[in-house]
Amino acid sequence: MTTLPKPRGELSDAVLARLRDAGQSRPVDVEAESADDAAISLWVLHELSYRGFDDVEDDAERDPDLLRVRFDLEDRLESELRARWPGVPEGRELVGDLHQWIAEHDGPSLARHVQTEATEEQVLDLLRFRSVYHLKEADPTTWVIPRLPVEATAALVELQYDEYGVGDPARLHAELFARGMEASGLRPEYGAYVDEAPVEFLEQNNALSMFGLQRRLRGAALGHLAAFEATSSLPSRRMAQGLQRLGFPAEMVGYYAEHVEADAVHEQTALRDVCGGLLRAEPRLEPDMWFGAWACLDLEDRSAHRLLASWGVAA
Amino acid sequence: MTDSRPDVVLCPGGPMLLRGEHVVHDEEGGEHHTTRPVSAVCRCGKSASKPWCDGTHKLLPPKLRP
Repeated sequence: MTTLPKPRGELSDAVLARLRDAGQSRPVDVEAESADDAAISLWVLHELSYRGFDDVEDDAERDPDLLRVRFDLEDRLESELRARWPGVPEGRELVGDLHQWIAEHDGPSLARHVQTEATEEQVLDLLRFRSVYHLKEADPTTWVIPRLPVEATAALVELQYDEYGVGDPARLHAELFARGMEASGLRPEYGAYVDEAPVEFLEQNNALSMFGLQRRLRGAALGHLAAFEATSSLPSRRMAQGLQRLGFPAEMVGYYAEHVEADAVHEQTALRDVCGGLLRAEPRLEPDMWFGAWACLDLEDRSAHRLLASWGVAA
Repeated sequence: MTDSRPDVVLCPGGPMLLRGEHVVHDEEGGEHHTTRPVSAVCRCGKSASKPWCDGTHKLLPPKLRP
């Protein structure tokens, strides 16, 4: 079960106090004092709609004051993303051009560093921070399913069915990662390393949850999915090679090896069938899909810069 | 109503998608069973996981892609 993380400022302190003391209605009308404070607060509030926390009442998910804080923090995150977004690329059409647009993107690559140079300690850092997402892999996108037209629904369920192990819990991607963590001497429990995760990794998670939880952002959610899948297959190969180079156990290598082949499929169907299916029904959502795709690359770049800088490695 | 979906899809510049259960024979006659709802078969010839696609086509210059 998941325990509440540590506060990172006044707002998260207030949010956590209110969650712990159900019935006391402790006030949460304070501003976030930093990006870290905002990100951990929003992560906690989103988790109330996923698995919840051991020592928090299930009903906290519907606390109107906490919902107001969540919506304010989501608005803040979305505004920051939209302010950085350069806009829809000119002369491009999403389904035909997204993969080429991604190929032209020049961001730092954590996978390339892991493949050739990273130390074991650096890879353990990366696995701990990535576990915040990988242990609930695919879940944020599942929120989107009932909001789609029939063609996109069928295509997304087909993709998610593979993510969820084709009905076999032992093949579920989040479970494969948990087994890899345990075999690598790390804690496999959901949320175990949230306190260590840099703000950039929390924001990656929060953006995904926000896109999934808000129907109006369904275009962004699917654009994010298409970009995420399209930047997974080749980097997963590099990760698998780096893990083998460092002697990591087969379970951890296997998680990444699985993603080489799975995401070579998903990158095609996510774009052609899922995004294409939604666009055929709702073409006005194409700008939001570009926004979501851009957000995926931008947030990954920021996490990579943060981590490489913390290791003293040039991006 | 939507059109019935295809079982075999040739992706421009990329793999061939196979929906459902199939057995693929490679160049050496080896048999490979599909294990997922959809599988991607390499068409560029450069995959390290043949017969399955591993995304390598994206590293090739456009004229060498399928």
